[in-house]
Amino acid sequence: MSFKSPLEGIDEKFEMIQILNEDGEIVNEDAMPDLSDEDLVEIMRRMVYTRVLDQRSIALNRQGRLGFYAPTAGQEASQIGSHFALEKEDFLLPAYRDVPQLIWHGLPLYQAFLFSRGHFHGNQMPEDVNAVSPQIIIGAQITQAAGVALGLKRRGKPNVAITYTGDGGASQGDFYEGINFAGAYQAPAIFVVQNNQFAISVPVEKQSAANTIAQKAAAVGVPGFLVDGMDVFAVYQVVKEARERAVNGDGPTLIETMTYRYGPHTMAGDDPTRYRSEDMNDKWEKRDPLVRFRKFLEGKDLWSEEKENEVIETAKEEIKAAIKKADGHDKQKVTDLISIMYEELPSNLKEQMEEYKEKESK
Amino acid sequence: MAQMTMIQAITDALSTELKNDEDVLVFGEDVGQNGGVFRATEGLQEEFGEERVFDTPLAESGIIGMSVGLSTQGFRPVPEIQFFGFVYEAMDAVSGQAARMRYRSGGRWHAPITIRSPFGGGVHTPELHADSLEGLMAQQPGLKVVIPSNPYDAKGLLISSIRENDPVIFLEHMKLYRSFREEVPEEEFTVDLGKANVKREGKDITLIAYGAMVHSSLKAAEELEKENIDAEVIDLRTVQPIDVDTIIESVMKTNRAVVVQEAQRQAGIAASIVSEIQERAILHLEAPVLRVTAPDTVYPFSQAEEVWLPNYEDIIEKAKQSINF
Repeated sequence: MSFKSPLEGIDEKFEMIQILNEDGEIVNEDAMPDLSDEDLVEIMRRMVYTRVLDQRSIALNRQGRLGFYAPTAGQEASQIGSHFALEKEDFLLPAYRDVPQLIWHGLPLYQAFLFSRGHFHGNQMPEDVNAVSPQIIIGAQITQAAGVALGLKRRGKPNVAITYTGDGGASQGDFYEGINFAGAYQAPAIFVVQNNQFAISVPVEKQSAANTIAQKAAAVGVPGFLVDGMDVFAVYQVVKEARERAVNGDGPTLIETMTYRYGPHTMAGDDPTRYRSEDMNDKWEKRDPLVRFRKFLEGKDLWSEEKENEVIETAKEEIKAAIKKADGHDKQKVTDLISIMYEELPSNLKEQMEEYKEKESK
Repeated sequence: MAQMTMIQAITDALSTELKNDEDVLVFGEDVGQNGGVFRATEGLQEEFGEERVFDTPLAESGIIGMSVGLSTQGFRPVPEIQFFGFVYEAMDAVSGQAARMRYRSGGRWHAPITIRSPFGGGVHTPELHADSLEGLMAQQPGLKVVIPSNPYDAKGLLISSIRENDPVIFLEHMKLYRSFREEVPEEEFTVDLGKANVKREGKDITLIAYGAMVHSSLKAAEELEKENIDAEVIDLRTVQPIDVDTIIESVMKTNRAVVVQEAQRQAGIAASIVSEIQERAILHLEAPVLRVTAPDTVYPFSQAEEVWLPNYEDIIEKAKQSINF
């Protein structure tokens, strides 16, 4: 005899969840999230704002007025939809592309720009912002999220830790360890994998033989969901349900959002025309999360060109003001960097502090 | 006062801090019901409960990454890495994350984590159990690295480490766990981090050591005394930051120094001590500062430990070389 592969039929268990189709029509009425008209408008406002922020950030980077920048266009439903399902007290552990979630969680825009430029003040989260700065080591945020979630559970708080990585990140050891730890402790964590099809130039097909990343959750005994990451309703609803399970003590969830980045990997010289076809771009542009949500809202008379232009203008103005504020911020000194190393400086740094104080006083 | 082995002193320190501070959490592989592979956490889960002292999945990166996360929720994690040779699995979580948490957040977050881990040779362990990797840790800004050589220091230094609001690597030499007992106060006390201890005063040469090499240096000093060489022995206790003041004061008195470590010559921290001495006291030296170290090979197959590990005879030889320079 030969044993049947347990993988047979597994893809059916991880079929993509969609609520809003490309034409802005509701295709899954039962799953429709409970959102007020006000909420719907606010989600659209944030998505449009984030698209403008991406366009302006790319331009500012090209002018040398921003440093490290990882484009976000295309991922608005995935980023904004998932963040909209959270509470202020939830703890956010973003990856380097997840600056928009940080901003909507309360990080002032000028600080996000200082993060991009490489200034420590950009990472000084305000006291009421439960978040750490964007993680550069792909996977490190996942094990940390398990710890934050266990901490929240031990403190008896009705909150979750949410963290993000990309499709490439799901190949890391820390990805597996993090979701496994959270599962073992039934900790209130939400792990979002934003599958934007490419890890720099490497397509997702080259990361793994698994047909979905969501199914990796099965390896650690945690529910996994594949979601249309260009559909803000589907993303919101699946995260919302994951949050409810988590705060009810039912443990973590892994969510794969199927999405796309229209821009390059980062602004540090990546050229996507080397590894992506026009066809592919066209296909994903038809799925634009803004286009379909706009159609939906216009159909309900909740959105107009005028409203959209208003958001665009506001965004541009706020971005301009934030860049100006970032420009005016104090330059970093070595003594600043020494002073944030330890609560109490060890002997070597005490000595170096004196040396640099002397230099800086000249 | 009670007679304690180093392992008992460690358990006592953990118990003291679990009692003192509700935010202290002790966890790792087999540290719960089993009480640790060396019994360092014996009885702690029974006394303080599974919420405070618990087992983890077998994944070092996960253990330390989780510690960083727990820190943001106000906990004071005391994770264990079963043997320090396994730290490679957690290098990012230790050096890339915990060590940088205060700096990268501009002080918004910090990581009051004490990573306990056994290391050290002479007990015929299998591969990658005994390696001396303190040199890797000492090179990472943001960490403090502590290596006690006796039960008294182990308790006082561990309590200090746990109370420290920045990450500490606390390395416990396996050969010293049960090799002798000494008087250790039952009440709580601390030993300051970053402070060396002059174990034996002398006027002819300074032997600077840490971990098991402190005992080899003391034995060498006894033998040297028979030949009228009066050696001063310094136990560093903390290998990052180094207590430069105590070292320089001693070298200025004796005018000669030998730095002793169990790690390979290209590893450990001896080279940085030599640098500090030559930068600060070169005009006081009668001879070059020499080093006693292991050879620059991979840690020996267990049967070769005896010929490979530095011992008191190697220390005597280098001390005489310095005296006769």
